Amino acid sequence: MQKFKTIKSIPAYLPIVNIDTDMIIPKQFLKTIKRTGLGKNLFYEMRYNEQGTPINDFILNTTPFNNSKILIAGKNFGCGSSREHAPWALLDFGITCVISSSYADIFFNNCFKNGILPIVLPEAKIKELSEYSKRKEEIIVNLEKQKINFGNSEIDFEVDQFKKKCLIEGLDDIALSLEKNPKITEFEKKLSSDKPWIFND
Amino acid sequence: MPKTLYDKIWNDHLVNTQDDGTSLLYVDRHLVHEVTSPQAFEGLRNSNRKVRQPNLTLAVADHNVPTSDRSKGISDEESKLQVETLEKNCKEFGIKLFGMDDKRQGIVHIIGPEQGFTQPGSIIVCGDSHTATHGAFGSLAFGIGTSEVEHVLATQTLVQKKSKNFRIKVDGKLSIGVTSKDVILQIIGKIGTAGGTGYVIEYAGSLISSLSVEQRMTICNMTIEGGARAGLIEPDQKIFDYLNGRPMAPKKENWDKALDYWSKLKSDNDADFDKEVTLDGKDIMPMVTWGTSPQDVISIDGRIPNPENEVDEDRKNSIERSLKYMGLKPGTAIKDVKIDKVFIGSCTNGRIEDLRDAAKIIKNKKVAQHVYAMVVPGSGLVKQQAEQEGLDKVFKDSGFDWREPGCSMCLAMNADKLKPEERCASTSNRNFEGRQGRGGRTHLVSPGMAAAAAISGSLDDVRKFQN
Ligand code: SF4
Repeated sequence: MQKFKTIKSIPAYLPIVNIDTDMIIPKQFLKTIKRTGLGKNLFYEMRYNEQGTPINDFILNTTPFNNSKILIAGKNFGCGSSREHAPWALLDFGITCVISSSYADIFFNNCFKNGILPIVLPEAKIKELSEYSKRKEEIIVNLEKQKINFGNSEIDFEVDQFKKKCLIEGLDDIALSLEKNPKITEFEKKLSSDKPWIFND
Repeated sequence: MPKTLYDKIWNDHLVNTQDDGTSLLYVDRHLVHEVTSPQAFEGLRNSNRKVRQPNLTLAVADHNVPTSDRSKGISDEESKLQVETLEKNCKEFGIKLFGMDDKRQGIVHIIGPEQGFTQPGSIIVCGDSHTATHGAFGSLAFGIGTSEVEHVLATQTLVQKKSKNFRIKVDGKLSIGVTSKDVILQIIGKIGTAGGTGYVIEYAGSLISSLSVEQRMTICNMTIEGGARAGLIEPDQKIFDYLNGRPMAPKKENWDKALDYWSKLKSDNDADFDKEVTLDGKDIMPMVTWGTSPQDVISIDGRIPNPENEVDEDRKNSIERSLKYMGLKPGTAIKDVKIDKVFIGSCTNGRIEDLRDAAKIIKNKKVAQHVYAMVVPGSGLVKQQAEQEGLDKVFKDSGFDWREPGCSMCLAMNADKLKPEERCASTSNRNFEGRQGRGGRTHLVSPGMAAAAAISGSLDDVRKFQN
């Protein structure tokens, strides 16, 4: 996983609530067997018309937002399916930070596993930031300090400390868990004597 | 301290409690399908890792498979590649697979219970959000992402943060024509799609325990639409009877041991829930969704809501957006809404009881002239059973198409999909924009309601057709 560095980018604001995973990446693009290449189809149905030509006034099709690394969106972002294609598509487009007032559980966790930082802010702050984004000026997301800087203002945000560490160091969950191998083996031993049916049938 | 069923299952699977407040949990059962697994296997291969417990893993291709004649194979190149990749991966890593030609093939959440792979008290995961279905057996079952699929394959464990406890109590009796699908639609309408976020829901109450095993699965299945991590129901004799003798259920002395353990799985009487909601069966009507979120529900006697009546600006905008997409006008009686297609199937309502429910309504009647209606059984075994009971004939005689098992038009990843602006009465679980095909308009209903809509050609009240 890529290490998460401080981001400096003009944020794109998508003022829609309940953006679900089918909107982020429609299922016709899920037939891939790779993690990369989904960025061009991110938000496909909002971004392209039926002939597949880009819809000019969709924010991610306009400069400078087509290069945004930060997405601000309405509440309950990422609801719907558990598929990780949604964060892969965001990442492949170049978005490494999402800011919203709430997220769907699974999507939220999947972001961290793929090097994306999902920030939760109160609605009032979202409003402030989305207003600011109209200026098309860069903002800074500093994970180390847990701060968003824009203009002369600053917003603090909360993040789980372990997840923060994993993002910053680019740590792989599996390697971390494999360090617990002796405990897993011990658990399995007890399991096969307490609940033999788990393994036997 | 008194504990909930969720607390107990959690504690029973704790491998390690970590400093950051997460826990490493042991996974008893892992289901794998072709869409969310290729990148996980790719990851294993890249880092030279093996599957720790191939025997605790079961794979099936369901999302992409054609539901028409299978002898020609899959025509879509990408779908074919995904299905073939699954076959290759299962072979390489030693995982049991129900291939496309296996009569046990079907939707992953239907075959787990059917095979007895799904068991009470266990932790069951799958790279699919509707894994919640298996909670009907009193197991802790939830959807995971591909990175987690890889994690489970490699370690047979999962890093999780404990959710809060939420109990939804439904007492009383269901009125005629009302099903567990209506119960869960009403629940989602009440709590909203984010109402369960951060929680695991336990469904309880006399109405819930009166439900059959299959009806319980419909409820747990759509838990995820209410935003919760998982939904579960205390296992009882119905569950044990259902499992007894299934191919992957415990046998002989193991069965006795398992039964002994399973019988104790329940929330303590005085256990604390962080949130509680109660419903009464007599207030539950046949439901239908009008919008593009599963919380957009009304009873079949209802009318399309008017965004102007909303005070919340976000809500108002989202209703407007939904109505525009759905091509509906505020104030219209939902019964006056004409449909083009009917889809009966999916992991929500693709089991034998669902097909029986729909067949009862459709028997000796005809699908309306302008409607195309299809039944996609949830698995090969459901299909076989239905054919033994002559249900296929009932459906075909009335003008339904009778298909091969799979996910089909639930998510339109194979060739079965809606065309733009086509309207469908569907027994699936999601009415998101584009879910059943770009521009397609979905109304979620129970199997009986779908059958009623097929006959009338408009959304209609199943109670009219009760014999
Ligand atoms: S039937 Fe639908 S919801 Fe169920 S697993 Fe298949 S695609 Fe997902």
